[in-house]
Amino acid sequence: MSKQINKKEIIITGFGGQGIVLAGKIIGMAAALGDKKESTLVQSYGPESRGGACCAQVIISDNTIQYPYVNMADVLACMSQSAYEKYKGQVKPDGFLLTDKDLVTPDGDMEFFAIPSTRMAEELGRKMIANIIMIGFATSVTGLISENAAKEAVLSSVPKGTEKLNMNAFQKGYDYGLSKLKARRKKATANTGASQ
Amino acid sequence: MKPQVLTGDHFINGDEACAEGAIAAGCKFFGGYPITPATEVAEQMSIRLPHVGGTYIQMEDEIAAMTSILGAAWTGVKTMTATSGPGFSLMMETMGLAIVTETPCVVVNVQRAGPSTGLPTQGSQGDMMQAKWGSHGDYEIIAIAPSSPQEMFDLTIIAFNLSEKYRTPVLIMSDEIVGHMSEKVVIPDAKAIKTVSRPKPSGKKAGFKPYRPGPNGVCPMPSIGEGYNVHVTGLTHDERGYPVMSVDTQKEMMHRLLNKIRNNLDDIIMTEDYYLDDAEYVIVSYGVSARTSYTAVDMARSMRIKAGLLRLITVWPFPENIIRNLAKRVKGFVTVEINMGQISREVERCAGSVPAFGVGHPGGAIIPPEDVINMLKEAF
Repeated sequence: MSKQINKKEIIITGFGGQGIVLAGKIIGMAAALGDKKESTLVQSYGPESRGGACCAQVIISDNTIQYPYVNMADVLACMSQSAYEKYKGQVKPDGFLLTDKDLVTPDGDMEFFAIPSTRMAEELGRKMIANIIMIGFATSVTGLISENAAKEAVLSSVPKGTEKLNMNAFQKGYDYGLSKLKARRKKATANTGASQ
Repeated sequence: MKPQVLTGDHFINGDEACAEGAIAAGCKFFGGYPITPATEVAEQMSIRLPHVGGTYIQMEDEIAAMTSILGAAWTGVKTMTATSGPGFSLMMETMGLAIVTETPCVVVNVQRAGPSTGLPTQGSQGDMMQAKWGSHGDYEIIAIAPSSPQEMFDLTIIAFNLSEKYRTPVLIMSDEIVGHMSEKVVIPDAKAIKTVSRPKPSGKKAGFKPYRPGPNGVCPMPSIGEGYNVHVTGLTHDERGYPVMSVDTQKEMMHRLLNKIRNNLDDIIMTEDYYLDDAEYVIVSYGVSARTSYTAVDMARSMRIKAGLLRLITVWPFPENIIRNLAKRVKGFVTVEINMGQISREVERCAGSVPAFGVGHPGGAIIPPEDVINMLKEAF
């Protein structure tokens, strides 16, 4: 097969109604329009309008993407326990597992990054924006897409009049991610016994 | 108000790109009846048509949606509808009316798995034979299969152009995966988009015969109200458009209807090659399954299997001669499609004594490239 050095595969999954597909669309859009890469988004959902299992799969690459589905993800973001159970086997060992802290309890020994995105969204006044918080979190933790590209994609994807709220949500998630990374680096340094 | 052509880079899904392609091609009427996974086409058309002086009507069902686009086309405008399996079945009778009355229109089928209600939110390519033979009687049809949102835009414009040029319905046989897949879609400058309009009559109005063909077998089409004689009927008709119940009239009408397609295959048929020059094994595919097939060719080549891809952009009329010519020099064919054997039978028919197999799927998911590799290994 052709070289796939610069190819990242992402699965975002949860319940229908959580904005899973929109989250995938924003990440794909940020990569394609902001970061000028190739990207593709496919989705799967059930015939129910909300509450069913929902999954968005995004591939970001420097080369043309033909087969658009993800086999093993570099990033798996789970917004529900059942979604986690279904997809936990589809993340690379050195990949990122991201979860909604209150909705998902991982059972494996894989390291993961958790954010209470739904609770934070409720605190901001709109449960609906948990997906945007998760995008902010994913952006800072994984570096998949650039911060500016992500923000532009959020702005062009959300309804008029909600831009400020959504930017705030993105920033909360982004900053939470940065603090998590910092804490993890500190821990790693402590574990290796390296001097500060 | 947004312009007719949204020049620029967009990250949109195939359904939305199809609607933008239609608007860019000059479509001014959409008769819709929403159905998953084609709803976004109707939705986008309902948002966009008022910006360009067009009309969107949500009809009471797919039969009415299909019929409405024929009526609108006879007022002189470019028309479209979009549906999926169950709605496509309902449109079939009127499809025949569109063919025999030579009414230009574009019908989009974003295929989902059937039969019947099937898997509404999951993809399939199970309506490919229905596209060819779904209406009663004998006819030729043009059907094209986009593989990406970009092609949903580009090929929708081509669908309108072919439909206008040959005065025939053109089918866009998409599928749920391509329809709901989002990718970058580049919309060019309006000036760079080539659009075609139906041949129009000129000269004397008295004694005008609406079904007297021009040089390429296509009749100039008057619009209702222009003053030219117009008679539109599903009955077998003569050059005046009047019903004539005779074998000779049937023969003349049928030959012309079939030959305006059959005599212009080079203009209508579009295909794409990938590693075909030295290929020993030809993968034939279309639509979303072509994307599997590109990856399968890459995998095969890395295993030193000389595979190549013939991608059918036009599925109907079927590119028989291309398959027949390939059959003279290759060792085998594998057709990849999300059904249990439809276009693969056409390939088999044209392959002659060369072995031809199908990699099929009952619907609901894309075919993984590994299945194609396994078939290549097992069969050859």
